[in-house]
Amino acid sequence: MTIDLGRGLVLRNPVMTASGTFGYGEEYTDFVDLAQLGGIIVKGTTLHPREGNPYPRMAETASGMLNCVGLQNKGVQYFIDAIYPRIKDFDTNVLLNLSGSSLEDYVKGAEMVDALEKIPAIELNVSCPNVKQGGMAFGVTTTGISQVVSEVRKVYHKHLMVKLSPNVTNIAEIAMAAEAAGADSVSLINTLMGMAIDAEKRKPKLSVITGGLSGACVKPVALRMVWQVAKAVKIPVVGLGGISNATDAVEFMLAGASAIEIGTANFIDPTVSAKVAWGINEYCERHGFQKVTELIGALEC
Amino acid sequence: MTKQIADFKLVQKQDFGRSVLLKLRAEQALPEIAPGQFVQVRVDGSPNTYLRRPISIHDVDFQHNEITLLVQQVGEGTRHLAMAEMGNVINMVMPLGNGFSLPEKGEIVLLVGGGIGIAPLFYFAKVLVENDIRPMLLLGGKTESDLLRLADYQQLGETFVTTEDGSLGEKGFVTMHSVWQNQDFDKIYVCGPKPMMKAVAKMAAEKDVWCEVSLENLMACGLGACLCCVEDTVDGHVCVCKEGPVFNTRRLKW
Repeated sequence: MTIDLGRGLVLRNPVMTASGTFGYGEEYTDFVDLAQLGGIIVKGTTLHPREGNPYPRMAETASGMLNCVGLQNKGVQYFIDAIYPRIKDFDTNVLLNLSGSSLEDYVKGAEMVDALEKIPAIELNVSCPNVKQGGMAFGVTTTGISQVVSEVRKVYHKHLMVKLSPNVTNIAEIAMAAEAAGADSVSLINTLMGMAIDAEKRKPKLSVITGGLSGACVKPVALRMVWQVAKAVKIPVVGLGGISNATDAVEFMLAGASAIEIGTANFIDPTVSAKVAWGINEYCERHGFQKVTELIGALEC
Repeated sequence: MTKQIADFKLVQKQDFGRSVLLKLRAEQALPEIAPGQFVQVRVDGSPNTYLRRPISIHDVDFQHNEITLLVQQVGEGTRHLAMAEMGNVINMVMPLGNGFSLPEKGEIVLLVGGGIGIAPLFYFAKVLVENDIRPMLLLGGKTESDLLRLADYQQLGETFVTTEDGSLGEKGFVTMHSVWQNQDFDKIYVCGPKPMMKAVAKMAAEKDVWCEVSLENLMACGLGACLCCVEDTVDGHVCVCKEGPVFNTRRLKW
């Protein structure tokens, strides 16, 4: 079941949990043996603490949800001092999702995380739709992504995964720009920009009006984008977006993903990540695949 | 306190019109459950209900592995939940959040409930009685039919009632009840609509009385992972699901 994503990031199996949906792993240890996962990607962290957006931050949609949390976190230094010591010895890969509102913040944050022995990779978040400055601003143009990835690459020596926004015209171009700038892998998709309205009150349901859509409803869009990106780049692609069971995960791998992340589905079934890991294995046995890597891009069309 | 995900079977159902009482039995023993904690219920067969529904724990019977929920139908999810039939399997993640702080013996305790907010106060009052603390209860509703299981509450402590239309008890809001003039309290616990909780919290603050409230912000995960259900506190935005749902009012920026 092992997946080697390059530059030292080796997963026990293709299943990771998506940033912002699994806390710091601790929230789920009553439900999941973390040793059954390929990795966990902890909550989006920025150089400086952020209070995030006001409540309400969530609106349920048909087969999904919108959120506008806005990267609430206590900053990289707090992560290093208070959280890292508690989670560094988890028996799985612990990746940090790093976000920023300026180039300098990304670089400084990456430098600090580079020194953390037990964090084998950063997932660079250039695609959060819920913060005004930065975040997604870097991720929606080829020049923006080239700039941030190449600057972070200079100071970060471990595996650099870049999380892509689906809120673009041509995601393959963005992925290629990330690859050319030195990304070791790309993960996609982050949430799709959306909004929800309370008709009775004639008001938006979210405090900042728009938010990011996730959950089962985004899966076809995510699958299409993973397929397009996997054809366009040589670096590994990590697929996410609405994966709720092992069959969904297999579909992403067939479309070209080397690994997958489970996000919103963790809210509906806190045990789902381990179930998916088991289910991928079962699929491989049932179809006579010797290695899980044989699934990657095995779509016949 | 260990959290579990488990299937429960509906073994008793009682209809109260807009609300329904669901008694749910697990096959295995229940974990420790504190009054004021809640469950996250999966709602099956409702296409537009994607997330679980957080519901407060109305009663617990550890001997029979039973959790009872008192559910008001407020939207599609709770409407479907209310349609559950005897024998149906209902999946729950539980117990979640932190419960009410237990008062000291001899303290004069008032539990204030508004509308469906009375639900968690039943289990709380029961636990208090088991601990030799007889609470007073002040329950409010829009009208008489909102005061669900009133006779059962009355068994647990002296119970005062207000209704907005005056159909039962004193007319008006819970904050207008005469008991406030006649009695001092050491601790006040409140669950109900936010404006009502704020009003009681304000009264408590004016009297310099210790007060806890139980919040019900919109939630997704229920585990403190998604950071959707935050309340503004003196410590910044904190998750109601994980650090609450019960908060001392001094911590809130109300």
